[in-house]
Amino acid sequence: MLKSVKAGLGLACVLAVLGGCSSTDTDDSAQTQQMTQTQEPVVDTTTTEQAVPLDNVVYFDFDQSLLKPSTRELLIQHADRMRGTSAHVRLEGHADELGTREYNLALGERRANAVRDFLVLQGVDPANLEVISYGEERPAVEGSSEAARAKNRRVVIN
Amino acid sequence: MIKNLLKTVFLVAVASLSIGAHAQLVVEIKTGNENPTPIAISPFSWSGSGVLPEDVAGIVSADLRRSGLFAPVPQEDMLSFPKSAEEVNFRDWRVLGTEYVVTGRIEPQATGYLLTFDLVNIFGQHKMFTKQVSGGSRQLRDIAHRAADEIFQAITGIRGAFATEMIYVQEEKRGGRPSYALMRSDIDGARPKQIRRFSQPVMSPSWSPNGQEVAYVSFETGRPAIFRENLKTGARQQLTNFKGLNSSPTWSPDGTKMAMVLSKDGNPEIYVLDLRSGKFTRLTRHFAIDTEPNWMPDGKSLVFTSDRGGKPQIYQLTLATGQVDRLTFDGDYNARPRVSPDGKTLVMVHRSRGVFTIATMDIKTGRMRVLTETRLDESPSIAPNGAMLMYATKQGGKGILAAVSLDAGVKYNLPSQRGSVREPAWSPYFD
Repeated sequence: MLKSVKAGLGLACVLAVLGGCSSTDTDDSAQTQQMTQTQEPVVDTTTTEQAVPLDNVVYFDFDQSLLKPSTRELLIQHADRMRGTSAHVRLEGHADELGTREYNLALGERRANAVRDFLVLQGVDPANLEVISYGEERPAVEGSSEAARAKNRRVVIN
Repeated sequence: MIKNLLKTVFLVAVASLSIGAHAQLVVEIKTGNENPTPIAISPFSWSGSGVLPEDVAGIVSADLRRSGLFAPVPQEDMLSFPKSAEEVNFRDWRVLGTEYVVTGRIEPQATGYLLTFDLVNIFGQHKMFTKQVSGGSRQLRDIAHRAADEIFQAITGIRGAFATEMIYVQEEKRGGRPSYALMRSDIDGARPKQIRRFSQPVMSPSWSPNGQEVAYVSFETGRPAIFRENLKTGARQQLTNFKGLNSSPTWSPDGTKMAMVLSKDGNPEIYVLDLRSGKFTRLTRHFAIDTEPNWMPDGKSLVFTSDRGGKPQIYQLTLATGQVDRLTFDGDYNARPRVSPDGKTLVMVHRSRGVFTIATMDIKTGRMRVLTETRLDESPSIAPNGAMLMYATKQGGKGILAAVSLDAGVKYNLPSQRGSVREPAWSPYFD
């Protein structure tokens, strides 16, 4: 199972690199988004009933790990698709640049745990969910604007 | 005549220096003490052949200036270039208001150099000392830093920390993707060397107390893991591979243990790893975030960050009893504590009015003082003499390193000429 995910990630990386080559001036954030977008259909091929890929990022408020009501609908849709499959899913927690790096690593984990707990309540097998925190080390968007920070306080469902 | 010749020699030396210095961190002094001591480092003589690859007197001078306690006299203002204490004309230097003069002579040795230098007190009209420092053929900068340490200590009574180093994280784009490196350099930013390069993030470098190893967190395995690496041999060992967080490694003062954060129990807790037996001991039991442990100098307790009170604050954990006491009460965000070598002062990241700055706190009185006034200051690391600290901040969207004295009187920046830099870790003394 782990192996097949790795193969999927590898393919996603190749796709991301190909995408990156076609437009050489893309910045890092654009690449990151490309990667997450290309990755999802690859991971989802293990199930049959998929149609439209779901958005795979949920956002959080500053120093908060509570799920916003607006993200619950999306997570319920994810849970519906995850139930009954044995696909391995990585929940990657991230933080914005504010605050200390190690505390943010813990905060990223707390956010990813909040997503995991919600999915498990919806009937997803916890054995299929892996939580990884990157803290503030892998921002989706560079910069110190509030708009950039809001994009970085996130959990990515991979 | 001799003076002019010497000036030419030094110009050449300075020019050759700047060519090799393209990727290093360059010091920009922002503020110094109000009354820095005027001192003159007279250009050192060189009895070997050719031109020395480094301006040794210039490095000594830059070290002393960076401390903020000294105002070195520019070479062009000097009326003479004495090479020994006997050649010092007290009246000439008194006219300039110079309080101390350093003279020196560099001789070639079989495998390197020998510097003999004198410290002269102008107003007292006496020689304070003559000392010697020697080093290998690539150690002229080390010789200069050690001479600066001796001069600093003789005048201030505080041990110098110029012959120390730092480890930091550098991030740059390579082929459109982020690339991370653990770097090591002199504490003035010179002689940067790559310890290791990573395609995934690396963070939290921590020196072993003997200065021979570094511990850090790397994501190269796909999840955070703690490694220790020998700086001389490059040999390394992965210490942890638990589910969840493996973060914030810091060596105990005696080097036998390592404090760290593991979340394998469900949420982040402080652990201590005995490096000899490999045994892990859990120290905290709380549903809150407990992280960023750092040892008190006596090794008997740890300080750490916890949000068990609702917001991140700093707590102290006594190892013998397991008792936890809250230390910070001022402000709603105090985190990543480091303790001064005398155990009396805490430095931390402190948020006031929405801005993250570096602050100190007197542990006994609880009195807090903000040292910096930039916005995104983090990762303070104290010099082994407790006089200054290095931290990371942002300038023009890029990560830079900066330093400030613990009394806030002296500040300088060390901007990177390549990529973003962060997480400076000031080395211990190497002897």
